[in-house]
Amino acid sequence: MHGAIGYLRADGRVGIRNRLLVAYLVECAHHVARVIAAPFAERGVELVGFSGCYPNPYAQDVMDAVCTHPNVGAVLLVSLGCEEFDRSRLHRTIAASGRPVATLVIQKEGGTAPTVAAGRAWIEKTLPELERVPRVPVSLADLVIGTKCGGSDGTSVLSANPAIGRASDLLVDAGATVIFEELGELFGCEEHLASRAARPELADELRAVMAKARRYYATMEHGSFGGGNITGGLTTVEEKSVGAYAKSGTRPIQGLLRPAVRPPAPGLWLMDMIPDGPVLWGYPNINDTTEVVELVACGAHLVLFSTGRGSVVGSAVSPVVKICANPETYRRMAGDMDVDAGRILEGRGTLDEVAAEIVAVIARVAAGEPTRSEALGHQEFVLGYKHFAPLGPACFPRPAAGGRPAGGRR
Amino acid sequence: MSAPALLRLAPEDDVAVALRPLAPGDPLGPEFAGLVLREPIPLGHKVALRPIVAGAPVRKCGVPIGRATRPIAAGEHVHVHNLASAVLVNALDHAEE
Repeated sequence: MHGAIGYLRADGRVGIRNRLLVAYLVECAHHVARVIAAPFAERGVELVGFSGCYPNPYAQDVMDAVCTHPNVGAVLLVSLGCEEFDRSRLHRTIAASGRPVATLVIQKEGGTAPTVAAGRAWIEKTLPELERVPRVPVSLADLVIGTKCGGSDGTSVLSANPAIGRASDLLVDAGATVIFEELGELFGCEEHLASRAARPELADELRAVMAKARRYYATMEHGSFGGGNITGGLTTVEEKSVGAYAKSGTRPIQGLLRPAVRPPAPGLWLMDMIPDGPVLWGYPNINDTTEVVELVACGAHLVLFSTGRGSVVGSAVSPVVKICANPETYRRMAGDMDVDAGRILEGRGTLDEVAAEIVAVIARVAAGEPTRSEALGHQEFVLGYKHFAPLGPACFPRPAAGGRPAGGRR
Repeated sequence: MSAPALLRLAPEDDVAVALRPLAPGDPLGPEFAGLVLREPIPLGHKVALRPIVAGAPVRKCGVPIGRATRPIAAGEHVHVHNLASAVLVNALDHAEE
């Protein structure tokens, strides 16, 4: 990737953005955090947060991971004061990562106006510090790439999803780390997944998480399938799954992650986003953005996002590359799309050409070129409640000496 | 040369996918000789390539994507009115029926 210069973090990972996050730690602090961040929208300051007042280890882990993500250079935490989120732990985690961090507690600062003034002053003081982060060249082997789809239709399986699959193979072969997920859209693909497991014991884990996904959605009485999919020509969740699965390409699956667990080695990984234990708190993922956030929490520097119906979402932390499967949608919404994969349907390109274009776009975005959603100011972020049990040893490769960690230099 | 009309993703498939909006009478190309569309097929939607009996699995990309809920004729639009998931049915969608 000629010309891409990233931001070297103290943990050895390299970021492709250098964002300052303003993070609210309960919905009651959301407005204050938004007002603090608003004047700095053009200067790399983004808003993230967790709405819940009650504690949740998953949300705490995701916030830890997001606030120490390689694309993040500094964090301002905004707490109301009486919420149960462990702000001290998050502050310590960020400080230990070598990043500038401050915590403002609205009830201690004296309310909205004093907190806004203090927050903006801290950002003005901190932004120049971000300029001093060491810069190093970035290669594909430094990157963790997430893949997902949103607003799928009957064209997704023909163009954008298999093109992402071929790009995924190119990325893995170049030493990158790729993460796919969306277990609720892999029904019927269980044995295909298992046959690609890098180790026999992992195949059993993959079957087990897919069985969990079936149980979970059956209990909810609603799958990852909606009216927009139907309008777009998809009839069943199995049919949608065939398309979603195509995004994963053909390389072996190295292991199983869950949100906020970073892949310990390069290659292709599956993120299990279906909660463990009894069904609590509703749907596994209430919208596409929750899954983008989970990919980011696993360290994704960038997310490849396939859409047929036409999604516009971005991310507060990692650039989202929109790959449009449907040529009619592309013509209607070109300003939101980074790659026109639907041209394959009209004989104006091949899957291999679009896959090569996707890799070229990744290189340009890593070098600093904004994606369409970045240029349009998208900074979606949603985080809810979940429960996960720890991952078992079968999910990871057996420890080997001298392995290169994913997305890092140490 | 006109752009292709339909794509059969695997040889054993019961359905093909419309690569552009199609209407009865549209030429479908030599691969689909003998197939006559019975109704309009929007972009990305499916058309039956042969008769399918009620209850039979329907294949696309070489895998079953559900079961026919009633007999389907060749050239017919295949969608929620004649095909249902064998895995999950959304309860809320059902409640509206």
